[in-house]
Amino acid sequence: MSEKFEYFAIRNAAGMFDSSPLYKYRISGRDAEKYLAGVLARDVRRCRPGRAQYTLWCDDRGFVVEDGVVLRLSQDEFLLTSAEPNLAYFQNLIGYDLVEIEEVTDDVATLAFQGPRSRLILSELAPEMSEIGYFHLVPTKLGGSPVTISRTGFTGDLGYEIWVSSDDAVAVWDTVAEAGQGHGVIPFGQIALLMARIEAGLLLLNTDFESSRFAWNDDHRSTPIELGFGWMFRHIETENRPFIGRHAIRRELADATSRWKLVGLVVDWKEYDHKYNTAGLVPPKDHTPVTEEFMVYTDDYTRVGYATSFMYSPIVQRHIAIARVRPEQSAIGTRVNLEVTINHRYELVGAHVARLPHFNPERKTA
Amino acid sequence: MGTPTQRRYDAVVIGAGHNGLVNGAYLAKAGLKTLIIERRHLVGGAAITEELHPGFWFTTFSYALSLLRPDIIHELELTKHGFMPLLMPSTFAPMENGDYVLLGQDRNENIKEIARHSRHDADAFEQYEHDITMVCQALKPLLDQVPPNLFSKDPEELVAMSALAQHLRDLEPRVLHNAVRLLTGSAADFLDDYFESDILKGYLSSSSIIGTKVGPRSQGSGLVLLYHNIGEHDGVFGSWAFHKGGNGGFTKVLAKAAQAFGAEIILEAPVGNVITSNGKATGVALEDGTEIEAGVVVSAIDPRRTFLQLVDPRELPNDLVENIQRFRFQGTSAKVNFALDGLPKYPALGDRGDQYRGFTNIGPSIDYLERAYDDAKYGWYSSRPYIDAAIQSTIDPDMAPPGKHVMSCFIQYAPYHLKQSDWDTERNNLGDTVQKTLESFFPGFSDLVLHREVVTPLDIERVVGLSEGNIFAGEFLAPQMFFFRPAPGWNQYRTPIDGYYQCGSGTHPGGCVMGAPGKLASQQILKDLDPSRFGNPGLQSPPADA
Ligand SMILES: Cc1cc2nc3c(=O)[nH]c(=O)nc-3n(C[C@H](O)[C@H](O)[C@H](O)COP(=O)(O)OP(=O)(O)OC[C@H]3O[C@@H](n4cnc5c(N)ncnc54)[C@H](O)[C@@H]3O)c2cc1C
Repeated sequence: MSEKFEYFAIRNAAGMFDSSPLYKYRISGRDAEKYLAGVLARDVRRCRPGRAQYTLWCDDRGFVVEDGVVLRLSQDEFLLTSAEPNLAYFQNLIGYDLVEIEEVTDDVATLAFQGPRSRLILSELAPEMSEIGYFHLVPTKLGGSPVTISRTGFTGDLGYEIWVSSDDAVAVWDTVAEAGQGHGVIPFGQIALLMARIEAGLLLLNTDFESSRFAWNDDHRSTPIELGFGWMFRHIETENRPFIGRHAIRRELADATSRWKLVGLVVDWKEYDHKYNTAGLVPPKDHTPVTEEFMVYTDDYTRVGYATSFMYSPIVQRHIAIARVRPEQSAIGTRVNLEVTINHRYELVGAHVARLPHFNPERKTA
Repeated sequence: MGTPTQRRYDAVVIGAGHNGLVNGAYLAKAGLKTLIIERRHLVGGAAITEELHPGFWFTTFSYALSLLRPDIIHELELTKHGFMPLLMPSTFAPMENGDYVLLGQDRNENIKEIARHSRHDADAFEQYEHDITMVCQALKPLLDQVPPNLFSKDPEELVAMSALAQHLRDLEPRVLHNAVRLLTGSAADFLDDYFESDILKGYLSSSSIIGTKVGPRSQGSGLVLLYHNIGEHDGVFGSWAFHKGGNGGFTKVLAKAAQAFGAEIILEAPVGNVITSNGKATGVALEDGTEIEAGVVVSAIDPRRTFLQLVDPRELPNDLVENIQRFRFQGTSAKVNFALDGLPKYPALGDRGDQYRGFTNIGPSIDYLERAYDDAKYGWYSSRPYIDAAIQSTIDPDMAPPGKHVMSCFIQYAPYHLKQSDWDTERNNLGDTVQKTLESFFPGFSDLVLHREVVTPLDIERVVGLSEGNIFAGEFLAPQMFFFRPAPGWNQYRTPIDGYYQCGSGTHPGGCVMGAPGKLASQQILKDLDPSRFGNPGLQSPPADA
C-alpha cells in the first residue's frame, strides 16, 4: 500500500503503527523522581502522576544525548522511552539513589493510534479515555486486556499510544483494528510516520541530531537550545535542580553561545516551480522524506545552515524542511536559499524561515 | 443571506461556482470591494457535496480534482482554510470476462499487472505516460496565461502571438507532433500506436470522451484525453484526488478563502440581468428587483447565459451573437449516485475492497465505448453505458456512516436531446440501465442499494444552470478552445460591454475544477482597471513568494 495513502489515514481518519521496537525502561523506587530529575534535562518533578512529558537527556557539556517520552505511572513509577539502547548509560548514573531501572522493551508493546478519528473509536472501547488531555494518560482496559492509554504520539495529530503487556499486544491490536472498521483505519508504516513527524516538527535521532555519546566531534553534537528546546529551561534559574548539563546550559543561555537555531523552512513554490520548469523538468513534488543534508545559503552564497529533513508536504502543499540556521538567520520570515540539484547542477531556491510545527491542527491538543 | 450589505461594490461576480469564487477571491485580494452573488442556497455550482440521504454525502455532480492550478492553492492560501486533496491510490478497470486491471502506487506491481494482459503493453505503458507527460509539460504554460487575441493588431497581442509561436518552435519535434496528433486526432488512433490489449486501450481512452459528445474513434477525442491528463496534482500529470468532503468540500474552502480576503457572498439571490448604460456595465439587478451598483460585473456562468440572457443580445455585435448561438453545448453526461449498504463484490477479487480507493472504470474496450457512443449519435442513452465510478467513502470516512458507502457514477452517454422522449420520462430508466450494467460486473450490486439519485443532463441544466447540461459549459472541440473560447476575438475574458467580463468554464482554458478561467479573468480585470499596478497578464510574472 502506498505510504501517501497511509499518511492520509493519519490526517483524515486514523492509522495504527507498531511502536513496540522503542526501547522502554521502567524506573521505580523511592528515589525514582529524584534520579530522573537529575538525569533528564527537563524537570520531571513537574510531571504529575497520570501525565507524560517529552524529554531529553544531556551530557555534562550540555549536548543532547537522546530524547524520549516519560510516562509517570504513579508517584514512584515511570516509563521512559528511547530510540536507542540506554540501559547501561542510565544504570551508571544511579549512584546511591534508591531506584530500580528495568528494561521492559520486550515486555511492553506500544500501539500508536493516530488521527482525527482515534478518540471516537477508542472511546467506544474505553469511555474513560475520551476526556484525557494532551500528554495525559489513563489506565484502562481494551477488550479485556489491561492497558495504559496516553495522549501522545509522533504524528502531530490527535492521537494516542496504547501501552500493553506484549502477551496481550496482538489481541489489543485486533480489538482496535476491529473497532476501526468502516472508519478508514489502516496500519501505517515508517515512511508515513516520518512524513507526519516532519510536518509536526518532531525531531528524529540520527537524522536531525546525533547522540553526543556517539558523535565524532562537536560539529555533530547539538545542545537542547540549538534544537529549539530552550523552553524546557524557563525555570532553570529558580528551580535549584542539579541535573546533568545544567551548568553548560545555563552558561549557553547567559552568554548566548548557541551556534544554531532549529527552524522550519518553507520553500518558495514559485521560484521552485520556475527553476524546474525553465530547466525543462516537471517540478518534483515527492512526499518521501529526504534525509540527506541540504545546504542553506544567504543570497550572497554564505553558508548559514543546513536542512536535515526535507519533503513535499501534501497538506501544506509546499516543500518543507527541518533545518538549523545561524541564530541571526532564525527570525520567522527570514529569506534564505536551499541548495538543490537540477539537471545535475547545484541551484539555489528561495525559502523562508517558518515556525514549527509546519502543520498543527487544533484537534491535536483540543 | 440573500441581501448584500451595501448598495455599491467595486465588483460583483455572478455565480458562486468555483470559478466565480476564485475570481471574486482574487479581486478582493487586490483590494476591490467584491460581492459574489449565487442563485442557489449553497456555493459550488457543479462542485457541491450534499447529504441526499441521511448520513450519506454525495458529490451530486463533479466528484474528483486534478486540474486545479497549483498557483491558486498558494495565492489564495487555501491550505489555511482546509484544502486537503486525498490520494486515490488505485485505479480499477473490470473486464467483461471477469478479469480486470488494477493499478496502484507501486510501479513494479503495475508493470506486472499490465504484463498479465500484455508484456508488450507493460513497456508501452511507460512510453505512453512519458510521451503524454512531455506534451502536458509543453502545453501547461498555456493554462496559466490569458491567450492572445488572434484577431487583434494591438502590438501587445502581436508580441504575445510571437511569444507563443516561439514557445512552440522551441519544443522537440516529437513533442510538438504528439501534441498536434492529440489536439486534432482521435484517442483511438493515438492509443493504437502504443497498445495491443483492449482493456488498456479501453481504460485509457475513457478519459477521451468525458463530458464530450465524441467516441474514442472520433477525431477530437484526443484533445479531451489530453485535457484530462494535464492536471498536475501534487506534481504528477494526470493524477487525480478526492478533496476531503468531495468537490463541495473544496468549494467551501474556496468560499472561506474568498471571504477571508474580504469578498462578500450572498446566496439565494438570482441575478436577472446586468444593468448597462451607454455600452457600459453599471451593476446588476436581482430577480427580486434589488439593484446593486458596480463598475465591474463578472459573469461566472456559461457563455449562452452570459451573452444571451444576462444582457440584451441586441446590444452586442451580430457576429458574436451568432457565434454564441452556434457554440455547441449538447451535454451528454449524467450522474447516478448510490448510497450502498456495503462494498460491491468483484468475483475475481473475492472479499477484497481496496480496489475501490480510486476510479473504477467501466469501459473495458474501445469497442465498448464506441458502441455506447453509437446510441447517443441517434438520440438515445447508451444501453451499456460507460461508467466512471468512485466510492469516495473508502477514502474519506466522513462521507458515509461506518461500513456504508457512497458511490458516485459518472455516466455516458446520455444526450441532452432525446429522440421522441424527454428526461423527466426517462430519468428512472436511465437509473435502471446503469444499475443493470453495474449488476453485470458486480453480482448482487442491487441488493446493496439503499438510495439512488439520478442526475440527467436536464437536471444539470436546471440545478446548476449549465446550458444543455454540458459539464464544461461548452464542448471541448478545437473550434471552441483557446483563440475561440467562447468566440473568436472574445477569448480574453472581456465582452463588448465595457466593465462586463466573463470568467466561467466557457472561457479559456475551459471546464473542470481548475480555477484558471476565474484567475485569468481577474488578472485581465485588474489590468484594465490599473495597468500600471497589475501589469500584463499575458506574460509570465516574475517569481516572488507570498
Ligand atoms: C456531473 C458533472 C460531473 C463533473 N465531474 C467533474 C470532475 O470529477 N472533475 C472535474 O474537474 N470537473 C468535473 N466536472 C466539470 C466541473 O465541475 C465544471 O466544469 C465546473 O465545476 C464549472 O465551474 P464554473 O464555476 O465554471 O461554473 P458552475 O459550477 O456552473 O457555477 C455557476 C454558478 O452560477 C450560479 N448561477 C447561475 N445562474 C445564476 C444567476 N442568474 N444568478 C446567480 N447565480 C447564478 C449557479 O447556481 C452556479 O452555482 C463535472 C461537471 C458535472 C456537471
